[in-house]
Amino acid sequence: MKRRQIDQGTYYRGVPTSPYDLVKEITLALGVLLVVVLVLSAVLSSPDVPPVTIQSWAKSAPLDFLQTATAELQGSTISADYGPPYNIDADGLDPSDTGASVQTWGPLAPQLWAGVHQPINPPETDVIAPLRLASVGRPGLGAALVQYQAAGTVQEQTWLTNYQKALTKATTNGPLVRVPAGAYGPVNVMMQALLADGRAGALDSLLLHSGRFYVTDYTKPLLFLADGGYFPGLAQSQKLTGSQWGMMNETGRYPGQAWLWLYTLWYQIPPYSTAQNADLLVVLTMGLLTTLLLLVPFIPGLRDLPRWLGLHRLVWREHYRLEREARRLGGGGGGSTAR
Amino acid sequence: MSAEPRDDTQGPRSWTGSLRRLIERDLPIEHLLPDREPAYVGSWVYVFGVVTIAALILTIASGVVLAFFGPQWWHVSPQGHFFNSLHFWSVQMFFVFMVLHLWGQYFGQGWRDGRATTWMVGVVVFLVSIVTAFTGYLSQQNFDSQWIAVNAKDAINATGAGAFFNVLNFGQMYGLHVMLFPILIVFLVGLHVVQVRLRGVVKPPAEERP
Ligand code: HEM
Repeated sequence: MKRRQIDQGTYYRGVPTSPYDLVKEITLALGVLLVVVLVLSAVLSSPDVPPVTIQSWAKSAPLDFLQTATAELQGSTISADYGPPYNIDADGLDPSDTGASVQTWGPLAPQLWAGVHQPINPPETDVIAPLRLASVGRPGLGAALVQYQAAGTVQEQTWLTNYQKALTKATTNGPLVRVPAGAYGPVNVMMQALLADGRAGALDSLLLHSGRFYVTDYTKPLLFLADGGYFPGLAQSQKLTGSQWGMMNETGRYPGQAWLWLYTLWYQIPPYSTAQNADLLVVLTMGLLTTLLLLVPFIPGLRDLPRWLGLHRLVWREHYRLEREARRLGGGGGGSTAR
Repeated sequence: MSAEPRDDTQGPRSWTGSLRRLIERDLPIEHLLPDREPAYVGSWVYVFGVVTIAALILTIASGVVLAFFGPQWWHVSPQGHFFNSLHFWSVQMFFVFMVLHLWGQYFGQGWRDGRATTWMVGVVVFLVSIVTAFTGYLSQQNFDSQWIAVNAKDAINATGAGAFFNVLNFGQMYGLHVMLFPILIVFLVGLHVVQVRLRGVVKPPAEERP
């Protein structure tokens, strides 16, 4: 077996050494850093903006809530046309719709290949299912649901279109929304019930209802929130959206995931900034760059660049000074690697 | 008794014995904990790696306190909030010094003389650290977690990974953040440091003579 070149005795022959206390160094580093972190924490604290709830949404922006919920029924929200892992043609309204926003690049369609794993069918998930649970003991709501579901798709869509129109003329009074009369069948009864349950905080739980007791998966309420205008609006005002370099920011003036700067950069510049499949393109780009970083030791040019720039001469200037000294005095001075 | 006394040094080579001989030869305790180093190790560039380890220790210590009291605690307790701040700033320090260390190794060409795998394990630690921090942001149970989850899901779904790595599932992200990824980082850092001790610190590149 070939012996690898890790015989330290041979490698370090002729290299001057000096005492070095590793354990002391790490202990000191730990002590100094602890002080730094204590001071930073005491002076600057850390961000903790409370989460948005369906309740806070329904209370603060009831009209946006109603418009979003109606759009969920219409199947016209982002999550309705998302594609995997949530759905493929969830609303069943368009047989050619295989997830309108699925990102592909040439023949590459990993999103489609992976398939549906957290099924979300927005009309059912966000509106009908919670209302069905809430209709127990509320005959008015129960009757409205029965009427709606018996009506058929064409009638439903007509009601919903009319209701969206009526909502543009609706008036709000605090958390209450008065919708002018119109040909929208049972839709206002359903939506007012949903809004009331939202306001009460019940919808937060109804959306998570699974029949099992414990819950850790917030896919449904988060997608619902993200379909509205309220939640993204709050993010916008905190400078957190993608076009605001939001991926590396945090609420307040705190440093966020600053190490994502390169990842975030691509989203700001063409062709990524205008591409429909921007996410996939950015991930592929970063995958390529990461592979290059991994293989730096083997890539000519990339591995030679630091030698050309010569920053190491600054880092080890004492070492090189001693080496030159030794050479001048005719000694060996073999402290450096021959290239 | 008829059995002959066995000679352990002569017997058939066992895997255990081979491993022991390998460690004895390549990683004797003097290599693991040396008290002399080549003189050039006096440079400040070597501080970055050690401070990164210190930041990792502080990150884990503060994280253990947070995990012990549960994910809701620090939102309602001032002491809890302080420990969250300690965790937050330890992580920021960890990344600052890891990146300085990365650049230091790049400009010093730390991969020379058979140390390419040390560099590569370093890059893997860097990547795993990014994912770990990301799952940490998702585990905060506050506005940032909500927004980061909603914003990040599209990139993860676009790769197909969303099928099994659901950033909107708090339980999944929390479990990964407090258990699996920290163990992975500690293991990889351990491996990285052993790789360095195995070969010793690389010599500075030879000066180009005119
Ligand atoms: C958790 C993160 C990391 C820790 C705790 C860590 C720690 C260390 C330590 C203590 C050393 C010993 C020498 C020194 O301090 O310079 C070292 C060496 C080294 N590190 Fe890291 N490192 C980390 C990440 C990285 C990364 C991201 C890279 C590069 C991509 C990297 C590349 C290297 C290389 C090439 C060496 C060998 C240098 C030599 O032989 O002189 N490390 N690391």
